[in-house]
Amino acid sequence: MLEKALSGSKLYYTLVLGLLALIGIGFLFYLNQLNVGLGVTGMNRDVTWGFYIAQFTFLVGVAASAVMLVLPYYLHDYKEFGKMTVLGEFLAVSAVLMCLLFIIVDLGQPQRLLNVLLYPSPQSVLFWDMIVLNGYLFLNIIIGWNVLSAEKEGVPPEFWLKPLIYLSIPFAVSIHTVTAFLYSGLPGRGFWLTAVLAPKFLASAFAAGPAFLILLSFILRKFTNFDVGQKPIQTLAKIVCYATIASLFLFFCEIFVTFYSQIPEHMDHKIYLFFGLDGKSALVPWMWTSVLVLMTAAVLLVIPAGRKNEYVLGLACIFVFFGSWIDKGLGLISGGFIPNPLHEVNEYIPTVPEVMVSIGVYAIGFLVLTLLFKVVVGVKEEVKG
Amino acid sequence: MENSRRRFLKIAGYSIIGVGAGSLLVGISPKRITAAPDAPPRYKDRPEALKAARWGMVIDTRKITSRINRNMQQVCHKIHNVPDFVGKLGAKNHEIKWIWPTPFKNAFIEQDAQFVSDHLKRTEIPVLCNHCNNPPCVRVCPTRATFKRESDGLVLMDFHRCIGCRFCMAGCPYGARSFNYRDPRDSGALTEIEENFTLRTKGVVEKCNFCAERLARGEAPACVEASNGALVFGDLEDPDSEIRKLLAENYAITRKAELGTNPSVFYII
Amino acid sequence: MYDKGKIVAGLVIFFAILTFPFWYNLGALAPAPELELTEKAQEAETCIEETAYMTTEHMVLLNEWRDAVARDGNRIYVSGDGEEYVASLTDTCMDCHSNKEDFCDRCHDYVSVDPYCWDCHTFPEENN
Repeated sequence: MLEKALSGSKLYYTLVLGLLALIGIGFLFYLNQLNVGLGVTGMNRDVTWGFYIAQFTFLVGVAASAVMLVLPYYLHDYKEFGKMTVLGEFLAVSAVLMCLLFIIVDLGQPQRLLNVLLYPSPQSVLFWDMIVLNGYLFLNIIIGWNVLSAEKEGVPPEFWLKPLIYLSIPFAVSIHTVTAFLYSGLPGRGFWLTAVLAPKFLASAFAAGPAFLILLSFILRKFTNFDVGQKPIQTLAKIVCYATIASLFLFFCEIFVTFYSQIPEHMDHKIYLFFGLDGKSALVPWMWTSVLVLMTAAVLLVIPAGRKNEYVLGLACIFVFFGSWIDKGLGLISGGFIPNPLHEVNEYIPTVPEVMVSIGVYAIGFLVLTLLFKVVVGVKEEVKG
Repeated sequence: MENSRRRFLKIAGYSIIGVGAGSLLVGISPKRITAAPDAPPRYKDRPEALKAARWGMVIDTRKITSRINRNMQQVCHKIHNVPDFVGKLGAKNHEIKWIWPTPFKNAFIEQDAQFVSDHLKRTEIPVLCNHCNNPPCVRVCPTRATFKRESDGLVLMDFHRCIGCRFCMAGCPYGARSFNYRDPRDSGALTEIEENFTLRTKGVVEKCNFCAERLARGEAPACVEASNGALVFGDLEDPDSEIRKLLAENYAITRKAELGTNPSVFYII
Repeated sequence: MYDKGKIVAGLVIFFAILTFPFWYNLGALAPAPELELTEKAQEAETCIEETAYMTTEHMVLLNEWRDAVARDGNRIYVSGDGEEYVASLTDTCMDCHSNKEDFCDRCHDYVSVDPYCWDCHTFPEENN
């Protein structure tokens, strides 16, 4: 089936070549980083995780969101999702791949990566994160590929796929829960030390992931013959709507707890993010934008007319994705590290090399996504015709 | 035709996986020294090494002066080849420090610093790794590159194993750890090298090691020696030690005690 | 088969590149390196273990040392003949073999090995 990804229109080739070029540039910047050290990034003694880990955290959420298609379709026989499920699974593959790559580019000694396997440390959440991330990656590759090839042959999927699919559901929830546990178990970081962090992560993931999938479906419909249909998109839109509302609700719960209790240690992180602290306020405009676009998107989506109009829906999905990206991809990390455990404020702003490497990793993910989606489109066309 | 080619490729694929897994298993199996000379025990401690069940330190802030603070930081950083990114390169981002003075309100953020004594307004508190008895940094390390030595309770770094993930830095509630964002020598931050001790390379985390190498030689930690009596170290589990006497006679606090990390560094305020 | 010419040509090129390390140096004489001992090393006559043993196992021994010292805190190594040495690359090994370029590097360069020990463990030549 992979041969379907090797031929396509001129636009397709341009896209693939463009992504390859971005990957090449990102790789060169990464070589420089390997040479000089992580000092080429903007990270400092206080903010020791930055853009890379933030992207990893956000993409884990996007990957987990495949469960929003798998669960209704396979567990509850919601046939309308039939055409989209494999898209969600392949999106998960691409997203988890990017997660693993972001972790690798963030390591100070990446050649020692295998130490995590050679010296297993089950008391560390990172150990479990490695297990569930890799497990989920392989599950989705196997499931997506085999279900698609069964469809191509016109036969029902093999019997052993069902248990794997059922397994992928708790795995999806666990990848994002374990990633949240990376943060929420650290005693010294009050911004993250909240039971609601894992639910928040999941809620914003189930908003951002399906939102992105809706946008991808629109793109597929525009550039190929593949149309998933109206119903699944509308159902997904409802999922995005309520996940966004849940995510905003959890955010407001946090705001209440922090500011009604008036504990300075906890308030200061949010004050830094939304108002600035000690004169440092780089993230303030971003955070307010995030809250505003998320609230706007929630309103647009909760109104049925908003969901039905595809332009409004598309805009709302962009808002949800972008707002969630700011929340997890920018605000989460800096907010946790600033102010530092000694209450000093040292700001973090990503540098150009850091962003270029990140673009390279994103390009790898999008290339994998493009190739896999091309296979899906090719198979669907073959089955139809 | 198609079926047999497919079969061939499948078998080839499985064989490669099998061979690969087999050689991986062989490759990662622990190596034994062949023809090892028989002479148990092969490793032992120096006879003059200082021993304790649990090393601890008491910092008497009443005796701390700015000069003592400066001396302690200088001698510690010198004998451990700690690079000076701030002084030599002006790169505060990449600062590495093992022990340093900081105002009371930063050392003890959980305490109310509104009406502190005049002495504390003027003098800064030296802070360092607390070598906690329940260290969160050890809990989160995915390779156990940072570990609590069972014999004496010190929390140490194995620089050979550290993968530079910086999870320990996120886990430390005291901000005691520093990361080598650049190579100390190549960047120019480390120019005078003390031969007795290694340096570090880029990509690993480092922190105070309670002068474990000096304790092994029977010497006190360098900061204790430079402190002119303001710092006292000893065995917290030895009821007759000087440090226990100090703790019995004075009221001493630890940083962020409510977090349950059980620090081994106490401050007499 | 389709495109037979291109496939065969591609295979030939592929195998040429794959076997490059083997045929590139064919015929070039690369004798085993000669190691120079410092005066101190010559006086001592043997290393902490026998030469043959050290040649094949010194890297494994150093690995054991680094765990013993860094993790267990045991800094004395008792050799096969009962002698006690400080388990330290810089203080013990390099004390006798202070000529890294004429000793350590000779074999390492020959077999194209690049141990990263020197990233952190300084040696006397460097400091003088």
